[in-house]
Amino acid sequence: MSFADARAIDAAAPSGSAPTNTRRPAPSAAARPSRHALLALSWTAPIVFLLVWEALCCSGYVAPQILPAPTKVAATAWKLASTGSLVHDLGVSLLRAATGFAIGGLIGFTLGVLVGFSKIADAAIDRSVQMVRAVPFLAALPLTIIWFGVGEVQKVFLVSLGVLFPIYVNTVLGIRQVDPKLLELARVQGLSAWGTIRRIVLPGALPSVLTGVRYALAVAWLALVVAETVGAQAGLGFLAMDAREFLRTDVIVLTIVIYALIGAGSDWIARLLERRLLRWHPNFGGAGR
Amino acid sequence: MTLSIVSSAPAVEVRGLVRRYGDRTVIRGLDLVIARGEFVALLGESGCGKTTLLRALSGLDPIDGGSIKAPRKPAVVFQEHRLLPWDSLWRNVSLGQPPQGARERAALALAEVGLGDRLDDWPRNLSGGQSQRVALARALVQEPELLLLDEPFAALDALTRLRMQALVKELVARHRPGVLLVTHDVDEAVALADRVLLMRHGAIAFERRMTGSVSPQVVRDELLEQLGVTPSARRPAPASDPSQSVV
Repeated sequence: MSFADARAIDAAAPSGSAPTNTRRPAPSAAARPSRHALLALSWTAPIVFLLVWEALCCSGYVAPQILPAPTKVAATAWKLASTGSLVHDLGVSLLRAATGFAIGGLIGFTLGVLVGFSKIADAAIDRSVQMVRAVPFLAALPLTIIWFGVGEVQKVFLVSLGVLFPIYVNTVLGIRQVDPKLLELARVQGLSAWGTIRRIVLPGALPSVLTGVRYALAVAWLALVVAETVGAQAGLGFLAMDAREFLRTDVIVLTIVIYALIGAGSDWIARLLERRLLRWHPNFGGAGR
Repeated sequence: MTLSIVSSAPAVEVRGLVRRYGDRTVIRGLDLVIARGEFVALLGESGCGKTTLLRALSGLDPIDGGSIKAPRKPAVVFQEHRLLPWDSLWRNVSLGQPPQGARERAALALAEVGLGDRLDDWPRNLSGGQSQRVALARALVQEPELLLLDEPFAALDALTRLRMQALVKELVARHRPGVLLVTHDVDEAVALADRVLLMRHGAIAFERRMTGSVSPQVVRDELLEQLGVTPSARRPAPASDPSQSVV
């Protein structure tokens, strides 16, 4: 940033001779750092971090059993990918997350719509859901193992449980926040109950629902990591726990990196959804047509 | 009781309307007939019941007594445009319309308000005046026999307001619905209406028909006097109307 500041001061310097009450145009776009410069700057710290990590490992300050070098992790990734085992474990994990997300999301959305629309459903359902929500869902892990063993059902159940609540809460919130003036408009325009839901309530609730989706995606991964770490015969968590037996820190770090990449990827998907579905929204749609 | 001079069947006929909020009677036995093609402006101080009357006519509020007879559902333009931000302009205009040919009809209505080239645009790209024009198109596309305007120009800047008033006058002259315009603005009422009503304590207290023989200036002064505005507090008449001179 400092070079940009210096330029800004440069541009301001000739003003010393001008009368003090003269107003000059704001610094032009050229005086401000370009987008590319800022992008490069934002990547500087992560790259420096990787270089320092590599240097510490190569020089022997950090033992490979404690933390492997980034290049070693990359080599391990290449090796596991070429044998196909990494792809298989990744696939198993993604399928668990997707199934759990679909089930939990559907239940959360359905309950949210019911409670959002109906006072009776609100009275019947909301308190119970809020009470269950107060329990950290990961605390149910030992119980889920007793109920379902350590198979697929247990993992999908835990993910569904984690996904359900953020979707539910944000769906209810979104429906409640729909502008009552627009509901009045629906009556004046003669819309049916279904027409009002389709044209006004659901689109109005969508920004909030998508916030829930974004949050739920993060929760889904957290739930999966925990479930797979406790007991699994395949999947990324299994890969990590299996590696622990043999002190393969390179494999463990690799799984951590993959979890992080998937987290970033799901966030990217959520943002893509927001940008596509909320094109009309001033905060999401970018520049107008 | 108000008698309609226009011969065709009325756009709305209100008899003995009563509306209460709890113990408070806001409208007490109000009679009102608006003929098709007649432009009626309704003035009154805040809290006199004029918005309550409009809400009862629009079907948003229930009534506690009397009757409202209207051949069809009225169209309403509110003070705020109330456009759906997630729908394109033509989808907004055709809200509640049968889907067959909806886009074509919306296009015609938008063209009438000067936005015929913005069919697929989003409401967020519109100015306040443009948004209100879309709201007007949304009302007109219903081909209403009764058009209810609830202070539709109040939130607009002075110049935009004058343009909107001219546009409304022109469109009403072409489509000939009965119109009830609720407003605070005496000049607006005098400039647009065939008949000006003044509401007080939940009933119509004063009424003037704008005919060629009475100058708008005289009606305006009468209305201001009825509203309790003393001559010294009056604003000068708008310069756009040469028939009115500064008081």
